[in-house]
Parts: sequence; C-alpha cells; structure tokens
Amino acid sequence: MTDDPHPLHGAHAPSHSAPDPNRSEGSIFDGLLGTDSSQWAFGAAPTYSHSEDPLAGVDTTVPDGVDAHDLAVYCLMLGDDALVASNRLAEWSSRAPDLEDDVALSNIALDLLGQARLLLARAAAADPSVVPVLPEGSPVPPEDALAFFREAHGLRNVRLAEVPNGDFAHTVVRLLLLSCARLTLLERLTGSRDRVLAAVAGKGVKELTYHRDYAGRWFLTLARGTEESRRRLEAGLDELWPLYPELLSAHPVETSLAAAGIGVDPATIRDEVDAVVEQVLATSGVERPRRGALAGVSGRTGRDGLHTEALSRMLAEMQVVARAHPMGRW
Amino acid sequence: MPTCAPDLRQRAYDVARGVTDPEMPMLTLEDLGVLRGVEVHDGTVVVAITPTYSGCPAMATMRDDLVRRLTEAGFDDVRVRVELHPAWTSDWITERGRRALAEHGLSAPSTAPRRRGPVALTLLPVRRDLRCPRCGCAEVELTSEFGPTACTALYRCTGCLEPFQHVKEI
Repeated sequence: MTDDPHPLHGAHAPSHSAPDPNRSEGSIFDGLLGTDSSQWAFGAAPTYSHSEDPLAGVDTTVPDGVDAHDLAVYCLMLGDDALVASNRLAEWSSRAPDLEDDVALSNIALDLLGQARLLLARAAAADPSVVPVLPEGSPVPPEDALAFFREAHGLRNVRLAEVPNGDFAHTVVRLLLLSCARLTLLERLTGSRDRVLAAVAGKGVKELTYHRDYAGRWFLTLARGTEESRRRLEAGLDELWPLYPELLSAHPVETSLAAAGIGVDPATIRDEVDAVVEQVLATSGVERPRRGALAGVSGRTGRDGLHTEALSRMLAEMQVVARAHPMGRW
Repeated sequence: MPTCAPDLRQRAYDVARGVTDPEMPMLTLEDLGVLRGVEVHDGTVVVAITPTYSGCPAMATMRDDLVRRLTEAGFDDVRVRVELHPAWTSDWITERGRRALAEHGLSAPSTAPRRRGPVALTLLPVRRDLRCPRCGCAEVELTSEFGPTACTALYRCTGCLEPFQHVKEI
C-alpha cells in the first residue's frame, strides 16, 4: 500500500472516477438509501439480528393434558414436512421452465421454510431435549440446530417430501399431493388447543391455498397440453402415487395428540383430501393410478425416522456449511 | 423524558409507526398493518408486529429498525414481540398505504376472501377487478400469482404493455 490518495491513477485509470457516497452535494447512490440511512444497499451493513427468536414474546406454555415431548415430536413432523419440501422446491431456483415458475416455486419454498422455522421453534420451546447439543457458546438458535444438526433418522417428514426431484411435471404432482393434505390438515389445526400451533396453522392456510391452486392449475394444464406433457405428468403421478397413502396414515403420536385436542389425525381427513385430489384428476381426465402404497420397513415410515437414501444426500448438501461452522454467526 | 405513561406510549407509537417496510419502503409498518401495538411498562417499550407471510424475510430487518429508531428516540429498553394471531390480512393495509402503493406503481389489494367451511380449490385463474397503476387501463392480464416478494402477484397491462405488481388478497 502507498499513501497515494489516488491509487487508481496510472495505466488502468477509469474514465470516470468512482462516485463518493459521502459528497455533500449527493451522489447517484442516494436513491438507493431512501430516507433511512440504516437501509444500506451497499457497503457496511448494519448489525442484523437474524437469529432472533421467531416466537419472541409468544406464550409457548405447553397446554394441559399433553406430554411435552409428544408435542415437540408432533411439531417436528409438521415442521420437517415443510422443511424438506421447501428444500426440494428451492432446488428449482434458476432451473425452472420459465422465470415466472422459477419465482413461483421459490415463493412457495419460502412460505414452507417460514412454516418450518415456526414449527421447529415451537418444538424446541415445548421440549428442549429434542434439540441437538452444540458446542458451549454456539450462537446457533434452536430451530437452526434442529434443521442443520439432525441426522436423517431424526427427521420425521413423510417420504413423499424427500424423494429426488424429477421433471417439472413430477414437481407439480408432488406439490399437489402435499398441498392437498397439508391445507386440509392446517384448516383443522386452527382449532388446536395449542395456541401456537393454531396460529401457525391459521397463517399457513392462507399460503397453502395459493400453493394448492398453483399445483392444481399446472396439473390441469399439463394433462390437457401436449401428448408429451401428459405423458410426463402421468409418469410423475405413477411414480409418486405409492407415497400418497403415507400422508393420510396416522402415527401413534398423531393419534394421541389428536385425542388431546392438540393435533390432527391424518386418517380423519383422508376422505376430504382425497375428494380434492379426485376433483383434479377428474377435471384433468387423468385416471387414478392403481399402484398400492410403498410399504415401510417393519411398519416404520417417514414419521418414525425411516427414510429413503435420498434424504441423507439432501441433508448432506443442506447441512454441510452449518455443520462445518457450529460457532458461526451469519 | 415525560413520565406519564400514556404520553410515553404515544411518543413511542409515533416513532414506531414511522418505520418503513424494508421491501416496500413507500409503506410504513403501520400502513402495511404489520404494527399491531405499542405498550410501555416500567420504561420498557414492547412493540408487537405480525409477519405478512410465514417466511417473510423482512421480519428481522423490521425488528432491527424498530429497535434502532426507538433507541435513537431515547427509549433505552425496547423489545419486539411477534404476534401470530390473528394472522395478517391484506385488509389491514390502510387507505394511506393503498395510495402510497398506487403512487409507486403497485396495485393495491381488494377485499380479502371470507370463507365458511373448507377452502375451495380454484382451477381457473382468479379474476380480479383491477386497473393498471400506471395508465389506469382495465385490460390487464395475470402473468403469475407469485411475484418478486411473497405478498405480490405479477400482472401485465395490455394497454401500456408495462408489467406491474399486485399486492395479493390474503
């Protein structure tokens, strides 16, 4: 380094000098700042508190008549469905068939990530013992510890959420099945005795309404599009259909939480969900696949932490940076 | 600093209401309907905000901006709490907020849907009665229900051919 106040003088001097944002007469960057000098569009950023508790000030007392650990596991189930589905959707970023759908899939992924964050935070608040232990002094908040420091067998999502992406039609089918089940489930969950779950569900219903419509419209469009779009749609439906029954089967934790007035037994919404799926199939003129359910292993499925190999691979990519820096601040 | 609590509350509210949304800076948090209340207890200011969408990435910035502006205004102990219920609705955007949106080329939401019973599936695109915020033309077409921020849809005016964002009804 030299003391030359004009280090750019010389062979590569630019034809225009760099604007000085501190000039008293103003600069071209002023418009970016607006009236609030803290909202920097460039340069030194203010200190952000991104790790703030998403449930700050929310009463997270566990309601009477429910086991705190079961409540936490139930929140993990709903949160992990959203987390894993969100990650698969986010894999489309910059790869979707067109810009509008790239933006749409990212938006849906963001909604689901927000739901996941609230639900994982609720799980941690209900029973801190579900949160992986990190080194002393780690700034990683509990919901991030749950997302980034659990092994695949610790996740409780349904397997439909985790199978690898195929083509766009495959994503439309998956999103349709997941959204149909989740929307109906969240509608019921708005009546939960757990006020945090009820509130998260209330917000989620509004978001899922858009997700389900998006998937349903694309399903119809692809079914009635070209021979090729229909072939791909039917292939996606055929591949994913065996994972659909798992969405509507109850794990013992779900059954017990439903009995306590906290959760929803997926088996009780089966007919309502299936009626919507059937409506989309019928409108699209697509035959209901005849394939049976993909069995679990010794009766264990995604809700028990029994997953396909794809989830481990997905987590390896999703978690690698966080795991390399357990003391990192972001 | 005055010691009378109602005055303090009003002063804190007046500071909080002026904080703007980081993604739509033409709107204050009050105009967006995100600011749900300001209380002062024993010198501690507690501001309640609600997210527009579950994954709204602007929440942390809103929180930081509220704390900073109130601290600058002389309030030493500021807390921001999240209020998840009732869920945010676009109906909470104030008249002034709607005018600010229009002035900045964004189309304001109409009344959010009220429903009884299960949410109905809509396989046909939603028809919204809206006009191009630039030229006022009523001939507009929906490009996508999902726009550059979680709360907007994308439209295109067939009159002036310009694209514009519409704040969605939720």
